[in-house]
Amino acid sequence: MLPDLGKYAFEVTAAYGVSLVLLAGIVAISWRQHSVARRQLKEIEARKDG
Amino acid sequence: MSIWEYANPLKFLNWTTKVLPWVAGCAAVCVSVGLIWGFFFTPDDYRQGSTVKIIYLHVPAALMAINAWLMMLVASLIWLVRRHHVSALAAKAAAPVGVVFTLVALFTGAIWGKPMWGAYWAWDPRLTSFLILFLFYLGYMALWSAIEDADTAADLTSVLCMVGSVFALLSRYAVNFWNQGLHQGTSVPVATGERTVADVFFVPLLISMVGFGLMFLALVLLRTQTEIRKRRAAALIARETT
Amino acid sequence: MIALLRRDLRLAIRAGGGFGLALAFFLIVVVLVPFGVGADMAVLGRVAAGVLWTGAILACLLSLDRMFALDFEDGSLELLVTSPLPTEGIVLAKAAAHWITTGLPLSLAAPVLGILLNLPPHGAVWMVISLLVGTPALSIIGAFGAALTVGIKRGGLLLSILVLPMYVPTLIFGAEVARRGSEGVALGSSLVMLCAISLLAVGLLPFAASKVLRINLK
Repeated sequence: MLPDLGKYAFEVTAAYGVSLVLLAGIVAISWRQHSVARRQLKEIEARKDG
Repeated sequence: MSIWEYANPLKFLNWTTKVLPWVAGCAAVCVSVGLIWGFFFTPDDYRQGSTVKIIYLHVPAALMAINAWLMMLVASLIWLVRRHHVSALAAKAAAPVGVVFTLVALFTGAIWGKPMWGAYWAWDPRLTSFLILFLFYLGYMALWSAIEDADTAADLTSVLCMVGSVFALLSRYAVNFWNQGLHQGTSVPVATGERTVADVFFVPLLISMVGFGLMFLALVLLRTQTEIRKRRAAALIARETT
Repeated sequence: MIALLRRDLRLAIRAGGGFGLALAFFLIVVVLVPFGVGADMAVLGRVAAGVLWTGAILACLLSLDRMFALDFEDGSLELLVTSPLPTEGIVLAKAAAHWITTGLPLSLAAPVLGILLNLPPHGAVWMVISLLVGTPALSIIGAFGAALTVGIKRGGLLLSILVLPMYVPTLIFGAEVARRGSEGVALGSSLVMLCAISLLAVGLLPFAASKVLRINLK
């Protein structure tokens, strides 16, 4: 399935692997913070109205 | 109704919630198509072998690393001039994303350097400039997290962003002067219209660049929403306790 | 402004920290380098200019966090800012006091320490010139960083993270002047660039620093 990367296989896969991990990391962190902030604000607003 | 209406925090939350899924979806599609195309379906370069595939990560990440800083600069200026809170928060939200892009650009650049230059790290001007840009990002984020009062933090980081931009630019030229580089010339010269990259490489690269741009946009919108909600929650809590 | 400069100088001298500490630190850094890289005189001579410049930059950092912090804590900074003296003038006076207590002695001490690192005599001249031209930029950039972090408790570490990246261009051109001077090669545009950076920094950064100071005192 993997294309033949020749003698630089390690470099190319490492570059893709690490970059994807970094990008996935920032997406995951942003998403988590987003849902936490949203939930907390909802709770506080509910408290205020109730 | 002016364009600034969209900068009202609540309005901002509303319209971004509507567009965010679309932007994020397009970003995901473009990034996946660009990278998968680049990784699986492009030929090797006759000189660089398969390492040419790193370009689909390296160039878009580097491009967005700089654009992220520029966006922060513009947002800082808007904050200083028009005092739109969303603008300051957007600058704050963009910084960590910019850092990640800078890291990706640095990492892929270093790993590309190993087969091409024979060493993981060469003090090549462009690579060095990115390292310096990385340091500026770190300082900017450190200053945000060090100051408690939100408006003061926004003011100070905005001024830092402006002064930092000047010094980052200055460093770029200083570094150029200091060590003439090994780096190849720009791969996508927009101004001259002349391309050094063949079409087989260029199309997936372009898709990947668009994808990274959209991804940046989506992340900044998402993170700005987070910041707005955090601010609002903090304000409500402050009101409760008094 | 002159009075402020005099007062700051007197305070620095009385506290004893001013002149002595930066110089002692500079000396120690320079002494440490041969232990790290070995006593080969040829190698030392080649890196001397860069080591002296890096040492000078680190020594400059030492006293930066006290530039505004002491006056901020006892409230006199607030008085100064509300006084008829423009805030830019205060920043300049503070930076000048910092330069006189660190930049100037460092520049003069550099050739002496250069002997330890096998810096050739004609290189010493260029070393002094490059430091004399470059250190004012270091002081004023440092003043901007100090103004940014004045309200932060234990801002010293943050200050160095903010200021050091901004020192890069000055370091590059300064060390280039010193290196080319000691190797006897033509200076090229390096000295001109160093002068330009210093002039730009002294001309423009006081405005940014004073804006930041006023934000911090608001």
